[in-house]
Amino acid sequence: MSQAAILSVEAVTMRFGGLTAVNAVSFAAERGAITAIIGPNGAGKTTLFNCITGFYRPSEGAITLHHEGRDTALHRLAGHKIARAGVARTFQNIRLFQGMTALENLLVAQHNRLMAATGFGIGAVLGLSRYPAAERDAIDRARHWLEMTALLDRADDPAGSLPYGAQRRLEIARAMCTEPALLCLDEPAAGLNPRESEALSALLRSIRDGGCSLLLIEHDMSVVMGISDRIVVLDHGAKIADAAPAVIRADARVIAAYLGEGDEE
Amino acid sequence: MRVAAALRDAAITGLVAAGLFLPLVALRTDVSPSGALFIRTRWSDAAILIALAVVGRFALVLWLGRKIPVASTESAWWEEPLRRAGKFFTPVLLLVAVALPWLPGTGRYELDLGILVLTYVMLGWGLNIVVGLAGLLDLGYVAFYAVGAYSYALLAQYFGLSFWLCLPLAGILAAFWGVLLGFPVLRLRGDYLAIVTLAFGEIIRVVLINWASFTGGPNGIGGIPRPSFFGLPFSMGGEAGSFAHTFGLEPSPLHRVVFLYYLILGLALLTNWVSIRLRRQPLGRAWEALREDETACRALGINITTTKLTAFALGAMFAGVAGSFFATRQGFISPESFTFIESAIILAIVVLGGMGSQIGIALAALIMIGGFEVFRGLEEWRMLVFGIAMVVIMVLRPRGLVSSRTPTVALGERRAISGALVGEGRG
Repeated sequence: MSQAAILSVEAVTMRFGGLTAVNAVSFAAERGAITAIIGPNGAGKTTLFNCITGFYRPSEGAITLHHEGRDTALHRLAGHKIARAGVARTFQNIRLFQGMTALENLLVAQHNRLMAATGFGIGAVLGLSRYPAAERDAIDRARHWLEMTALLDRADDPAGSLPYGAQRRLEIARAMCTEPALLCLDEPAAGLNPRESEALSALLRSIRDGGCSLLLIEHDMSVVMGISDRIVVLDHGAKIADAAPAVIRADARVIAAYLGEGDEE
Repeated sequence: MRVAAALRDAAITGLVAAGLFLPLVALRTDVSPSGALFIRTRWSDAAILIALAVVGRFALVLWLGRKIPVASTESAWWEEPLRRAGKFFTPVLLLVAVALPWLPGTGRYELDLGILVLTYVMLGWGLNIVVGLAGLLDLGYVAFYAVGAYSYALLAQYFGLSFWLCLPLAGILAAFWGVLLGFPVLRLRGDYLAIVTLAFGEIIRVVLINWASFTGGPNGIGGIPRPSFFGLPFSMGGEAGSFAHTFGLEPSPLHRVVFLYYLILGLALLTNWVSIRLRRQPLGRAWEALREDETACRALGINITTTKLTAFALGAMFAGVAGSFFATRQGFISPESFTFIESAIILAIVVLGGMGSQIGIALAALIMIGGFEVFRGLEEWRMLVFGIAMVVIMVLRPRGLVSSRTPTVALGERRAISGALVGEGRG
């Protein structure tokens, strides 16, 4: 795969018993770009996502992250190590720590860095460590992402009490607090109104411009076509197209399988 | 309308009462003068009781209407004042605890009760780390209490180690057992975890009973050395080198009790201090995050196994320390003291107090253990009254006395989070 790729997926197959959810899919996500995965319901998008983020182990194939001059084989890593390698994700059905404040959510995301600063808990209890400085840094980073997602005034509210759109943004902020190289978003625009979708598009562009690559699953075509640099189309577990948005829009197979005749735009 | 509703309600009450009183009151086996068993029937007594229940219910519904008590996870009326008064209330409670031995009217009985309550406060705070913060349902917590108690008793018996050396050792050994148990079972969730920890608690007890050559079996271990005042024994003779002689006091059996009281107060406060500090640290936050959503934790790169293990080990450690205190206080331990009911009481304290709330748990321990003693005058009705009180509290406050959660960090003002939002953990 090309040098510019941040993530290469090679012939990944995922079987559940007799069902092949993802069948020999290969693609590459470019560094510093937004790659979208689209397809009808049940096409295997989320399954592929779960393979990339370590929630499933693919039956066959390889998933490699090219980050900081190293190639990391994600398909062999334990779930929590994938996040440490630089892949963050959000969930289709939002998974925030509902009973914790927005700020706490963002601090939990920085657990590993903070934990190292506490001397693995013991030093911090005794008050002997670099912890206070590390926590100040963590709060500053959290404040930055709260500002980016327009949630600063809700920082001390419990995550579960935020409106739906704000919860979506908070989940993105939380994922960004792990300082990932690749951010994977599972239907970030689901349930958002047009204005919120537009704000989301702007946020995702600014994340990309900040140097983080993005991979997203999305059904909202105005978002996908508006921000994606490249689109991968899945149908029945197989890849049927992989090109720039303008090409995808005109692709006969994609129209037949997913976009439909009556254009949404 | 209301009469009809009251009649219907009274009829249902009558049915329930009949179901209860017919077998319990109307039929009774008795011994006849010849020594044979026979069934004595008391239909009229049962009828009177059922009639009382029906009339009582009818009158109650007619008078009050059908007010159903509503369960609430919202902050109760006492929580906000309690929190506002927290700056005032907690120190006062602490002051009373510290001053208890010197208050007028405090005798041996009050001190012993205080020690008992504080032991359960410590156990409650310890279990709170596992159940309240990390959301792991542990039904075998008493196993670690037993490990701590037996660690001290056996180390003292076989190696003659002193209490002060054994206290941390017992904590470490219990933590070790916590890790040993935790490692294979922490991949289980919810009910399954509860069952395995319950089984573990029983295994420890059964091993203690059956390994008679080592642990003394059902006879237990007696003659466990009593604690000394940092090397000065509390002896009655008042000879040179004893506590009373060194400080020029009249020898009194109360010295040791007061000392034990302060010891357990100190240990409980240590548990509290460590939990409060850890809750504001990344580790404590990770525990709470784990309780809220395990999957999200994994996606954020948190190692779930080690995080759960630390909670398990730390909880076990405090139980172990409390156990060795128990052993030295009693001077005698046997597997009898470590039955499932102990685990249940400690868990009840945590749940009643409000999972995660330090002050709530302290109050719950005071109510559960202290209240149980207060009801002593009711004799055999004690269990009944106590049971009813528990049911009423849990119906009205299913999330415990203090159900809200205080954030660990804030940009502005820390506002309590309603219990309705806070997760209970699914193991």
